[in-house]
Amino acid sequence: MSKLLSIKNLRVRFRTKSPLQAMLQKIDDPYIDAVRQVSLDIKQGETFTLVGESGSGKSTLALAVAGLLNAAEGQIKFMNEDVTSMTSSQIMAYRKKISFIWQNSIGSLSPRMSVGSLITEGYKIHNLKDRDLKMEADRLLKLVGLPTNIKERYAHELSGGQARRVGVARAIALDPKLIIADEPTAGLDVSVQGEILNLLNKLKDDLGVSLFVITHNLNIVRHISDRTAVMYLGRFVEQGQTDDIFAKPRHPYTLALLSANLTPYPEASLKNRIELKGEVPSLMNRPNGCEFHTRCPFSSKHCDNEFPPIHTFDREQILTCHYPLNKN
Amino acid sequence: MKVAIKRISSDPLGLLGLCLVTLIVVSALGATIFAPYDPIQLNIMDRLQGPSANHLLGTDQLGRDLFSRVLFGGQVALKVAFLTIGSALIIGVVLGMIAGYGPTWLDNSIMILFDTIRSVPTIMLALAAVAMVGPSITTVIFVIAVSSIPNYGRVVRTQTLTIKSKDFVKAEMLMGASLLRILSIHVLPNILGPILILASMDIPTVIALEAGLSFLGMGVKPPTPSWGSILNDGFSLIRNTPWPIIAGSIPLVLATLGFTFLGESLRDLLDPKLRKFL
Repeated sequence: MSKLLSIKNLRVRFRTKSPLQAMLQKIDDPYIDAVRQVSLDIKQGETFTLVGESGSGKSTLALAVAGLLNAAEGQIKFMNEDVTSMTSSQIMAYRKKISFIWQNSIGSLSPRMSVGSLITEGYKIHNLKDRDLKMEADRLLKLVGLPTNIKERYAHELSGGQARRVGVARAIALDPKLIIADEPTAGLDVSVQGEILNLLNKLKDDLGVSLFVITHNLNIVRHISDRTAVMYLGRFVEQGQTDDIFAKPRHPYTLALLSANLTPYPEASLKNRIELKGEVPSLMNRPNGCEFHTRCPFSSKHCDNEFPPIHTFDREQILTCHYPLNKN
Repeated sequence: MKVAIKRISSDPLGLLGLCLVTLIVVSALGATIFAPYDPIQLNIMDRLQGPSANHLLGTDQLGRDLFSRVLFGGQVALKVAFLTIGSALIIGVVLGMIAGYGPTWLDNSIMILFDTIRSVPTIMLALAAVAMVGPSITTVIFVIAVSSIPNYGRVVRTQTLTIKSKDFVKAEMLMGASLLRILSIHVLPNILGPILILASMDIPTVIALEAGLSFLGMGVKPPTPSWGSILNDGFSLIRNTPWPIIAGSIPLVLATLGFTFLGESLRDLLDPKLRKFL
């Protein structure tokens, strides 16, 4: 399978002080890094999931991939084209090939537009005049399992699940190569969550798109994902095949996430559960050495001072830790 | 169009507003047909009369028929109201959206411009304009339009700032929508409601402002009738007869109510959340 999206050493940062303030207060580096040294590959037709706590930089990474945030360093390549150095017409073409499913399903639909015009707006934006918008709307609604008479409705008249499906319909309208789904099940009840996930899986199989799913719900990951990355303070601490990550978590943080996950038979599913103490450190004040050492139950003096090396295990399981778990 | 008529007829106040506005517009435009007398014809013998079959609203101190003057005065009032509010609205909306959506430096410069305009009293601005180009109705329109641009601009800016950070704007950007498309199709319809209300409530203010400027000799020159000049005449005659004031204020009240009702109804019509039925 060929690489669709390839990110190398991506860094995204936000300004914390204006240039003037920084100068007056003598701050050399008035930025915080929301995403740091992130590298990942997404292959054609693959589902890649990103898990991590709130504020770990998941959405920031997604917005950077979409080109809404600028990368401070590193490279984002989509089908061998560099996204970070695109001209505006190239960006237009790029945005036709990727699409976004938003966490805020109702809020991401323009409130003065009917569902019918919302899901076919991409054709208008990209000037595809040969399409019959009405027929396209019917086709898309059918694909996502909505009744076609919903076309006349407005965003505020939809339920959460319907709005999410409309979001999916809009995302697949232009036959994208990659769909980025930010918390595709946020705010839905469990049965609707399942429907949406099955819908995404089915669309992936039928249309051959790749999915980049962002979530903090590990059960979703297990259900749809081929490969998974775990994010902490803007860095990937571990990434690999989803099965491996669940069966043999090697980074203590991954193990902690899995331990915190609610499962019907917690004792049976996971041995040596661990619990984390304390809060996520502030991005403004990253810990020295291994950034996880403040909460890690296995940390030693070594971890406090030295940044951990990158380990690669079989089947491309990559992690940064001094003392990886499950060595054998 | 059919839907619009259906919707507006389901809203009695809006319908009333529409009727009042139509009444005012038709009577002003058809003043030459409807008016029983020449509005500037003096008839000293009949001065300061109360309402009668001959003079529906009575006569003023020079014996001119007040009903005819009200009808003809409507022409001036409507011209001033529509032209000033129309141009102030368009410029205010454009500048406000640029300020709200654009970069900070542009926002700051436009806000400084607005504050500068607001810091100059309208009367002073009018005096300056009159001194430069002479008194005329065009001067009045220009002065009122310029001084009301900031009112619209500020509201539009705040509204745009709120809309700008909404997820659906980001979603449109990600779909590749151009700036123009986002502003005109996604931002503008969402900020139009409050602006319409503001504009419809401004109409009477503008008419009154025109009256005030005319009174100071900066606008419409006598004997051309305007609602403002009828009112001003009425003030000096208040000890003799109330009728000129009543005659001058009736159209002002009707216009205020009519445009306010119509504006509110239009806002509801444009907002799918406020529509009374599907």
